[in-house]
Amino acid sequence: MSAVTLPRLESAGMNGWLVRLFDAIDESNMPWILALVRDCEATFGDALVDLVSSYTTLLVVFDIDRLTPVQARRQLQRVLASLEPDQQLEHAEIQELPTWYDPSVGPELERLAEQAGMSCADVVECHSSVTYQVYALGFAPGFAFMGSVDERLEMSRLETPRKRVPAGSVGITGRQTAAYPMASPGGWNLIGRTAAILFDRKREGFSLLRVGDRVRFVPVLQEEFVRLGGSTAAMEEAP
Amino acid sequence: MSHDAPGLRVLRAGPLALLQDEGRFGVRRLGVTQGGPADIHAWAWANRLAGNVWGAAALEVTFGGLVLKAERDLRLAVCGADLNATLDDAALPLWRDVSVRRGQVLRFQQPVSGLRAYLAVAGGFQAVPVMGSVACVVREQLGGHDGNGSSLAEGDVLMVSQSAARRSGNQQAPATARPDYGVVPALALIPGAQIAEFDGASLYAAFHQPWRVDDRADRMGVRLCGPVLRCNLTRMISEGLGLGAVQVPSDGQPIALLNDRQTIGGYPRLGALTPLACARLAQCLPGAGIRLKAVSAEAALADYRRFMASVAKEA
Repeated sequence: MSAVTLPRLESAGMNGWLVRLFDAIDESNMPWILALVRDCEATFGDALVDLVSSYTTLLVVFDIDRLTPVQARRQLQRVLASLEPDQQLEHAEIQELPTWYDPSVGPELERLAEQAGMSCADVVECHSSVTYQVYALGFAPGFAFMGSVDERLEMSRLETPRKRVPAGSVGITGRQTAAYPMASPGGWNLIGRTAAILFDRKREGFSLLRVGDRVRFVPVLQEEFVRLGGSTAAMEEAP
Repeated sequence: MSHDAPGLRVLRAGPLALLQDEGRFGVRRLGVTQGGPADIHAWAWANRLAGNVWGAAALEVTFGGLVLKAERDLRLAVCGADLNATLDDAALPLWRDVSVRRGQVLRFQQPVSGLRAYLAVAGGFQAVPVMGSVACVVREQLGGHDGNGSSLAEGDVLMVSQSAARRSGNQQAPATARPDYGVVPALALIPGAQIAEFDGASLYAAFHQPWRVDDRADRMGVRLCGPVLRCNLTRMISEGLGLGAVQVPSDGQPIALLNDRQTIGGYPRLGALTPLACARLAQCLPGAGIRLKAVSAEAALADYRRFMASVAKEA
């Protein structure tokens, strides 16, 4: 994008505004985005239909029976004028995802090790020693895009996505990592599988992970993974 | 739910028949999509003619192939596509309410015009809401008659409330409310997002040349084939996607995103189709022609308010 003054409000249809706060992905964006979410909830109240935050933006969908687009924009301008970053983030609890790293459930583990010039054990150590931040939820219910993966583990997405990635699969694409909440098609490089239930429509809050959460993958042995309810079913197809 | 009763039994399942209320809201931040009727116009009219308040769950029948048997007397209305529907062996009138007796068989065959028909019963179909809605999203395994996002299958039974047996009120949609799906529609698009990053010739082509609906079209999105649109941006940082967002991947062929779209995406966008334009697009079979026309958000809103007022009138 050519030089723009940020933050900026962009039309997103007759019932939405997209707030563009930043032009690049950075961990320091998150306190601002979370603060904007919080303030929009407080300011819009019942007139708020949905909020979709992402790395640099927040989509605000409002109820056209309660607000005109112009009124909604004015409210957003007021919110932005007094926005202060959310300091709670640093104290956020760390979510731990027990993960079994193994080629039988992580078919790209060995290739990633080879590419990085490491042993598989080093890859596991490298992936599990970082505390990640959830930047966005999307793609599927409870699917959390997390970063940033150590640059030695950076890997572009599979050229041909798999038709079916099993639930719990842990993957890397670029310098992001994620776990698949449910079986779905997918193109991420898989290195293991978590026993954590990432999305449950019957659970309070539904999604285990939220934007702004801090997350660690905790390596567990197969026995522990199974004890925690993980499925060891092998992949159904070659990549 | 103690007053609910079996209303319709599936004798034969078609390719896709989904219960839809208005949609699932307030949960987009969890990566959960909107769902709801792909054609909100026909869905709202079916409910209105069945005597329902806004938002009742109706059945979205895509393409046809569905055979249902009434388990009790029902008042119902079918709006939207002409799928050559019959009641026993007589043609079923569309865009009006109909009294159906227990044991009668309702058949949706194949599209004559349009793609999706909406069947509403008086009192609405009853199902346990999932995350606040019965909207059925197959990909997310959420909602629908069983809560698991399933399309109707043979043997399934749709539950209705006791009020489903209300007598027909001789309700009929005015001719102005019944779209002619044979006409090439001019779909209203509110410009926005990255539209300034497209080159001028591409934008001129986008709004002056015809588009054709590709066979890659479903409740997530509809791909359009036509002039190749060129944009200075190829891939962006993902951001939230509203209903109707028109994204343009690197092949220059736009995709209009509908009810079951992913919540975020990273392709440049021209803006967003209005909800009523989405509704009309949802009735297009692959190969159908469409045009795009730019409208202001204010004009789109005024149009939508007129639609809401017309379906809100006392049944």
